[in-house]
Amino acid sequence: MTMVTDDAPATTAKTAEGREAGLAVHDDKHGDQLIGRTVTINRPRAELFAYWRDFANLPRFMDNVERIDTLSSKRTHWVVKAPGGKTVEWDATIIEERDGEYIAWASEVGADVPNSGSIEFKDAGDRGTIVTATIVYDPPAGVIGKVIAKLFQREPAIQARRDLRRFKQLMETGEVATAAWTRKQLEEEKG
Amino acid sequence: MRALTWHGRHDVRVDTVDDPEILNPRDAIIKVTSTAICGSDLHLYDGYIPTMQAGDILGHEFMGEVVETGPGSTLKKGQRVVVPFTIACGSCYHCGKHQYSACDNGNPADNQDIGQELYGQPMSGLFGYSHLTGGYAGGQAEYVRVPFSDVGPIVVPDGLSDDEVLFLSDILPTGWQAAENADIEPGDTVAVWGCGPVGLFAVQSAFLMGAARVIAIDHFPRRLELARKFGAETINFEESKTYEALMEMTGGIGPDAVIDAVGLEAHGFFVDNVVDQIKKSLFLGTDRTHSIRQAIVACRKGGRVSMPAVYGGIVDKFPLGAFMEKGLTLKTGQTSVQHYMPALLNAIVEGKIDTTFLISHRMALEDAPKGYKMFHDNQNDVTKIVLKPDFAVAAD
Ligand SMILES: NC(=O)c1ccc[n+]([C@@H]2O[C@H](COP(=O)([O-])OP(=O)(O)OC[C@H]3O[C@@H](n4cnc5c(N)ncnc54)[C@H](O)[C@@H]3O)[C@@H](O)[C@H]2O)c1
Ligand SMILES: [Zn+2]
Ligand SMILES: [Zn+2]
Repeated sequence: MTMVTDDAPATTAKTAEGREAGLAVHDDKHGDQLIGRTVTINRPRAELFAYWRDFANLPRFMDNVERIDTLSSKRTHWVVKAPGGKTVEWDATIIEERDGEYIAWASEVGADVPNSGSIEFKDAGDRGTIVTATIVYDPPAGVIGKVIAKLFQREPAIQARRDLRRFKQLMETGEVATAAWTRKQLEEEKG
Repeated sequence: MRALTWHGRHDVRVDTVDDPEILNPRDAIIKVTSTAICGSDLHLYDGYIPTMQAGDILGHEFMGEVVETGPGSTLKKGQRVVVPFTIACGSCYHCGKHQYSACDNGNPADNQDIGQELYGQPMSGLFGYSHLTGGYAGGQAEYVRVPFSDVGPIVVPDGLSDDEVLFLSDILPTGWQAAENADIEPGDTVAVWGCGPVGLFAVQSAFLMGAARVIAIDHFPRRLELARKFGAETINFEESKTYEALMEMTGGIGPDAVIDAVGLEAHGFFVDNVVDQIKKSLFLGTDRTHSIRQAIVACRKGGRVSMPAVYGGIVDKFPLGAFMEKGLTLKTGQTSVQHYMPALLNAIVEGKIDTTFLISHRMALEDAPKGYKMFHDNQNDVTKIVLKPDFAVAAD
């Protein structure tokens, strides 16, 4: 086995060894695809954590998530857009949480699209908070494969990047930027 | 409403499109009273800027009256405002440092992908300037939706005409930032390539910042004449050899600071320029860069290079050796308009900066396609066209 000899995040690895090392730290892994994105948000850590911890807020910036219902303090029900006006749904559980710092969740047994994710918040001094999102998923074949393609729009990494940018916009400016100039255009944009 | 829309190379039309609406809390709707055609718009007209789509509304230099506001706007109905061409949120890290053109949030999330791929990090949104900068509808229209209206538009005091303040939206701050980026020291000689609006405002700004001499370079006699009015000495590059003239005029030293206010459509039958044009037509490269090469070679050792001129892509034959060996410094960027507006509005009120000299033509918005063609074909006589939505259409 080749050693990992640098300090760069595993999500930027060029080698299979590097990617595996990244997956290994996710004990409750739900697949073999690992993506991660980091963004700096000019708001206090506690405020960002609190907003994210209320999962019902997430559809405001996650384009493909239609709705997230809160089932209990640890469990949520996700409704996600799929092709042909359909949706896919699953339940997820928070598997680890450190107040103000870290939340990890994973889909429960029987989910159409097994997936897990985590979000980490670190202080960045006068720049606000460094936010890192990590998603591990198992891209299935066939029909469900198409669902996941739609779910993550082309490439999961790009979708994560876009969702995080919208999260940043919402937190920093109170709104999500749009170039639309009519309500109709805005609705079409949101699909 | 009526709006000037882009349909392809040398094809712009005034179409009827939907009126804009308030979509976000900090939005305002502006009824446009004056809007200008910019040298940068000619880059779109000539098809040099990628990511344009048929039907895009152009225009990034505009002002008007506030007719509607969202709950988060600080503007009031009836106020007259000039709108900066850069769309910036005022709350991100870069806005906090007054680097408004580098705003993290002014560009919609999906559009930021293009900038991220091309430039490493996405820049702010701009009005009416391709989907690379957000795909926002521009100001050559009757109405505009202005996002983040609580941090961008500046309220104009009564008693100042549109013509006096319109250029706060872009070219005046751009000329000023160009001079500021040249780090002018008292007694300096500053050379300015291009006597378009940006170059001419850079000439005025350089003198206000203490330059002893400004040498302005162009090939249009009328534009050179305007530079001379502000105290500049001139070089017509069709009559004289620019580098040789600059060396002789500066005692063999070269200018202390050089400003490239030409950009990616540099004119002239220079060998490197012609090579660039051939490459452009073969899709091998997009940016024609004669002026910046010449500026770097002419600049004195240890001098400063300021580049307000717009470049979009990758260039070759950039004189990196001259740049390194002479120890030059280069500053550039889209203008952080919001940062400069208040002080420049004051300078206009106090009569320190002249703005109206620039306007050569006033036309109806309906005549905008004619305006584009005129500006494109005759830059000697056309220095700036201002479009007024309520102007009567000219008889042919
Ligand atoms: N940085 C910014 O935020 C910003 C804002 C506005 C405009 N711009 C850019 O600034 C540049 C100038 O804008 P403008 O409105 O004054 O444009 P313009 O087209 O009106 O003026 C350019 C002038 O340069 C002259 N010129 C052409 N080739 C030359 C050469 N080889 N040597 C010397 N002069 C030459 C032309 O004759 C013309 O007069 C453009 O590239 C524009 O896109 C940048
Ligand atoms: Zn402009
Ligand atoms: Zn900002």
